[in-house]
Amino acid sequence: MTNDPILDARDLVKRFGAFEAVKGVSFRIERGESFGFLGPNGAGKTSTMRMLSAVSRPSSGSLTIFGLDPSAHGPQIRGRLGVVPQEDTLELELTVRQNLEMFGRYFDLSRQTLRERASELLEFAQLSERANDKVDDLSGGMKRRLTIARALINRPELLILDEPTTGLDPQARHLLWERLYRLKREGVTQIITTHYMDEAEQLCDRLVVMDHGAIVAEGPPRDLIARHSTREVVELRFDTDHQTELHHRLTPFAQRLEVLPDRILLYVDQGDDTLRELHGAGIVPATALVRRSSLEDVFLRLTGRTLVD
Amino acid sequence: MASTVLFPIFFLASLGVGVGHLVSAHTGLVQGQTYLHFIAPTLLATTTMQMAEGESLFPVLAAVKWLRSYHAAAATPLEPEDIFIGKLSWVVTRAFATGVVYTIVIGSFGALQSWWSLILPLLAALIALAFAAPLVALAARSQSEGPFIVIYRFGFVPMFLFSATFYPVSSYPGYLRPLVQFVPLYHGVALARAAAFGEGSWGAIVCHLAFLVAMAFVGVTWGRRTMRRRFVD
Repeated sequence: MTNDPILDARDLVKRFGAFEAVKGVSFRIERGESFGFLGPNGAGKTSTMRMLSAVSRPSSGSLTIFGLDPSAHGPQIRGRLGVVPQEDTLELELTVRQNLEMFGRYFDLSRQTLRERASELLEFAQLSERANDKVDDLSGGMKRRLTIARALINRPELLILDEPTTGLDPQARHLLWERLYRLKREGVTQIITTHYMDEAEQLCDRLVVMDHGAIVAEGPPRDLIARHSTREVVELRFDTDHQTELHHRLTPFAQRLEVLPDRILLYVDQGDDTLRELHGAGIVPATALVRRSSLEDVFLRLTGRTLVD
Repeated sequence: MASTVLFPIFFLASLGVGVGHLVSAHTGLVQGQTYLHFIAPTLLATTTMQMAEGESLFPVLAAVKWLRSYHAAAATPLEPEDIFIGKLSWVVTRAFATGVVYTIVIGSFGALQSWWSLILPLLAALIALAFAAPLVALAARSQSEGPFIVIYRFGFVPMFLFSATFYPVSSYPGYLRPLVQFVPLYHGVALARAAAFGEGSWGAIVCHLAFLVAMAFVGVTWGRRTMRRRFVD
């Protein structure tokens, strides 16, 4: 029983008229893990999330959540889920506390329970001092924390977050990540979509990379990087428009080369050594940067595009 | 609540008393009533329609499109139909409560001449449902407020003016009178007068009721479909 995945998707397809947003994706999510969907805007992540939240019906394919079929047991499944949507869908005219308590009513929780849980969640979201302020007056980061807190009012087993930190400043993002770690330690399974590779690397145990409605890779972040990229990357910028000749000159120095509009990437194992070799050969870039491979490089390799167009 | 009730009271005060003075001076009684008493019950119908429209168009579009608070609710054990019925329940409750207060107010200055006027709050609830249901259904499938403005200008404002609220149907020349039957608000107005004054043929009353009930039924059926489509695509 405990070995069953919390969610099992096989060949999920979502069509809107003639347009296929999700083209047959399959994956299993185990209890207690943090599972990510990484991909650019338009990859089909949100459409997939809507199917996983038992709100949108798959055009074809099979989906079980908590071992149940969402088209038959929608309300039951949704009662055990927490959903943090991409936009804050809060009631701006109500106070912070009222938002929590009102939302909890949709789950048929008693007012007593709601009052207690709302207080706990206000603590968790670090919003206790703003409990009686109108949501309209909160900052973006606070609204996001409230949206997450609200999604927890029914103590969900599975939390689905769609682009949780988009639009937040670094401090707000790190606070949010810390809260999500806490939840993970408490055993809440999480599904996170993001187009930020640092977020995917930090938060996810396993992830799938999506592009144009399909899954192009799957696995733990470190594995994906090891499988699809070299250890390090040398990023070079040149003061010239003649990228193609540079391309030929640089090829012998790297296992793989990627020419982007503003940079050339050399995929190597030891970046500093490569830089030295380039200097030795008389190649002088305007700027040079050595960094470790990231999921961005994985994405670039698999799709030929960057995560952020 | 106070502002909802005050709105028709202000109309009553200005038109009923002000215009009423003119009317009694020149025409005498209108269908056996002073002008003030004549328009008192009908204003309830008219302002109920306006309230229903105000709750059903922009707020629903806002909740569906921009604030997306309905989407938040849809991610819970609720089904879209529940959100729809919830919205209608609120509008109907508001109409009923307003109707109770308004009926007491106009009763207190003698505008009510029949025990049938006790059903005025229920009538307000029915009028609210008849208008709110199709309007929410429309708003749930709208992408912008463009259609609302058209409906407002070519639907509600004309209805407000041409539903025989401020004058009897007999004011119209004979060839125009049948057209009034197609003005939805007219049926609410006619029923309000019938309830307040205790007059009117049963045949006509049943027709008026049927019209409003049909509107409500069509609206609820349609709304369940559009809400479902918007949230469970």
